[in-house]
Amino acid sequence: MITLTINGARREVSAAPDTPLLWVLRDELGLTGTKFGCGVASCGACTVHLDGVPARSCQSAVGDLEGVEITTIEGASDAAAKAVRAAWVEIEVPQCGYCQSGQILSAAALLAGTPKPTDADIDAAMEGNLCRCATYARIRKAVHRAAEIMEG
Amino acid sequence: MLDRIIAGAVPAVRAAPLSRRGFLKLSAGAAGGLMLGAALPVGRAAAEGAAEGLATPFVHIRPDNRVVVIVKHLDKGQGTATGLATLVAEELDADAAQVTTEFAPANTALYANTLMGVQGTGGSTAMANSWQQYREAGATARAMLVAAAAETWGVDPAVVTVAGGRVSAGNNSATFGDLAEAAARQTVPGEVTLKSPDQWVYIGKSFPRVDVTRKTEGSTGMFGMDARIEGMVHAVSLRSPRFGGTLATLDDSAARAMPGVIDVIRLPDRATVIAETTWAAIRARDALVAEWDFSAAENRGTEELRAEYAALLDREGTQFHAAEPTGREAAQVIEADYFFPYLAHAPMEPIDVTVRLDGTAATFWTGSQIQTLDQNIGAQVLGIAPEAVTINTLWGGGSFGRRAIYDSHYVAEAAMVAKAWLDAHGEARPIKLVWTREDDIRGGYYRPMHMHRVRAGLDAEGNIAFWQHRVVGQGIMLGTAFEPFAVKDGVDSSSVEGLGESSPYAIPGWTADVHHPRVGVPVLWWRSVGHTHTAYVVETMMDELAQAAGADPVEFRLRYLADPRARGVLEMAADKAGALPEGLTRGIAVHKSFGSYVAEVADVRMREDGKVKVVRVTCAVDCGVPINPSNIRAQIEGGLGYGLSAILREEITLTEGEVDQSNFYDYTPLRITDMPEVEVHILPSTQAPTGIGEPGTPPIGPAVANAVRRATGQAVRELPFSRHGLA
Repeated sequence: MITLTINGARREVSAAPDTPLLWVLRDELGLTGTKFGCGVASCGACTVHLDGVPARSCQSAVGDLEGVEITTIEGASDAAAKAVRAAWVEIEVPQCGYCQSGQILSAAALLAGTPKPTDADIDAAMEGNLCRCATYARIRKAVHRAAEIMEG
Repeated sequence: MLDRIIAGAVPAVRAAPLSRRGFLKLSAGAAGGLMLGAALPVGRAAAEGAAEGLATPFVHIRPDNRVVVIVKHLDKGQGTATGLATLVAEELDADAAQVTTEFAPANTALYANTLMGVQGTGGSTAMANSWQQYREAGATARAMLVAAAAETWGVDPAVVTVAGGRVSAGNNSATFGDLAEAAARQTVPGEVTLKSPDQWVYIGKSFPRVDVTRKTEGSTGMFGMDARIEGMVHAVSLRSPRFGGTLATLDDSAARAMPGVIDVIRLPDRATVIAETTWAAIRARDALVAEWDFSAAENRGTEELRAEYAALLDREGTQFHAAEPTGREAAQVIEADYFFPYLAHAPMEPIDVTVRLDGTAATFWTGSQIQTLDQNIGAQVLGIAPEAVTINTLWGGGSFGRRAIYDSHYVAEAAMVAKAWLDAHGEARPIKLVWTREDDIRGGYYRPMHMHRVRAGLDAEGNIAFWQHRVVGQGIMLGTAFEPFAVKDGVDSSSVEGLGESSPYAIPGWTADVHHPRVGVPVLWWRSVGHTHTAYVVETMMDELAQAAGADPVEFRLRYLADPRARGVLEMAADKAGALPEGLTRGIAVHKSFGSYVAEVADVRMREDGKVKVVRVTCAVDCGVPINPSNIRAQIEGGLGYGLSAILREEITLTEGEVDQSNFYDYTPLRITDMPEVEVHILPSTQAPTGIGEPGTPPIGPAVANAVRRATGQAVRELPFSRHGLA
């Protein structure tokens, strides 16, 4: 058994140590907010936070994650995540929405470290997150809006 | 095998669309039949409603004051659920906050797309075919609430008012929920009067998207990929690496020995691993050792196909357009050949379907886009009646055409697996079949590869004297259930739409013909279908001719655009784009597709490394009555992003019949770094609403190509741009 810390709770999982976190979250723990998009860290749909840093769960083996704080979209509730969600709803960013868990976690991590990002900062932080609906223009707007919301 | 199955499903496809009169009768039957139990098989949603409140096919009003709009279409991001909710809420005078949506069950009689004759979503028709139907449904429910209030309070219905989700008369006031039970007992009105545009509070203004909050919280339970059915097992298939190949030998001993593997099911053209988890199934699939029989497969590669298409460009095809010859001499002639590659849709949610077969009945959970076909083809494969097949439509994680499948191939695949499972194990278990991204990219059903040849002449005054146009490409609908509707005199409209009669232009001396070569690569409609290439050819050639004529690109186009709506968007986009910023180059394009008109002005910068950066795009759109302006903007932004993605770097190529690409590292869609700023201007209109999901896509390619040509002198006629170092 491997002990993981997910969204602040300790979870015992039975998967083999080389199993990607993505599939443990989705199939074993039922946390389906973390999406399967490519399986090769090319699309960002499976983004989670590992100790606050965005990471691709499809390339993170659970055996390496004991003692690491794992945050998924279901548990992302800090000020940055809340502001990003509010901005996403206000600006109506999602279309199909399948990539948005990953987009939101990448954006929240950006804002946690860079409270007033430029367009270039946003592009650099979000480049790993594909959106086939091409909601990118609204993502940029919404990250700026989330920064305003956080400023209060 | 699938061919026979589809042939069997065709009669259902031809189910006659309901007339408006027929709808009202059915609607009355369903609402009136509410107390009569399951008189009509309206399925889960109505069954729930039957116990509580007012239930009609399209809207339920529950005692808890929720208004549930029953969405007959698939929403895969294009905003249709919100659009239908807007129409109902408008006529019902509901409060937006009380409105939610549920997807309709498969029921062609009740829920056919009135423009398609099947229950299905496509061709940007969702709003166009629902415009009258869903407003009438809202107005009908409103009339029943008013009648219920009048009866309850003992007042004349004429004095009862409804606004913002409250029903009032004098000192009496009630919520919809308060009146829901009484409303269900009222007679369904035979006729309803719809609001006039000046009375609208939501249409043309704003209505909040019904799905965004959940989509920022992990979208639990929304997508097929996330379906979790009690006792579920997971399936991943190994398919032939060449289209049309069959399985010759299979060694599954290593796969069967892997942890979590339950079974390996062998089918004629694939082998499917059944496992306890998706990951176990993926790993075991990699351990299968298969040999394939390619004797009936498509064994040609892109280069061979291209050479054959090029040879066809020299031969006369089937003519589909012939304008009167102008009789004018050409002073200048431009000749050009164009090449458009196969394209994958690559929606972010890969293909998935969950099936449970319990002997004589089956249930599917998937982002079903043509429910009628999924139900009928699923039933055919399973050898059971269509009525025994339940389709639970879930939200689609993108589609762009990929889930609108004329052969329901992945529903059929899941059905075959479920049948084989039940035969082998005798115990029903839900099976979730998942396609990995590699399966998706390599799995066919592409935008068909096309080539065009145009030879166009300008007379001495710089006006078009003739335009000879030839198209070569696979017809999408040839050989499918849709052939009777879309193929006329050997011409598949999906290859030539946007040319000739369906072009917004009346080009003098325009003649056009087409060849449809038979190729074994499965092809499918891809956001805006034939317009993806026809608009590119017409609008880049138009720009070259304008420049050759020494004319302004807008003025030159206006010479050949009689349609005031096409002129309107072109002039508005050109006007709103304003002055061109220093260092940028501008290109423009206009097109009509799916009944809507879109013009796009692209301002680009050529970078020092020779690559193009699209900085800003100014759009004008006329899609009739703009139901939801925020969603129209979203669809134009996304539609042009999707088109830009394709022209910059997307291509599927084949070598000896095998697809060369496999995932997002070699099939490379648009990222945020490529996305321009987008400004969308919506023309006011009183015309019935037309499409918005697709029309933003066609103009962006030619607008950018025109800007690049004006900046560099290079006419890009072979896509994508990355072939030329431009992306």
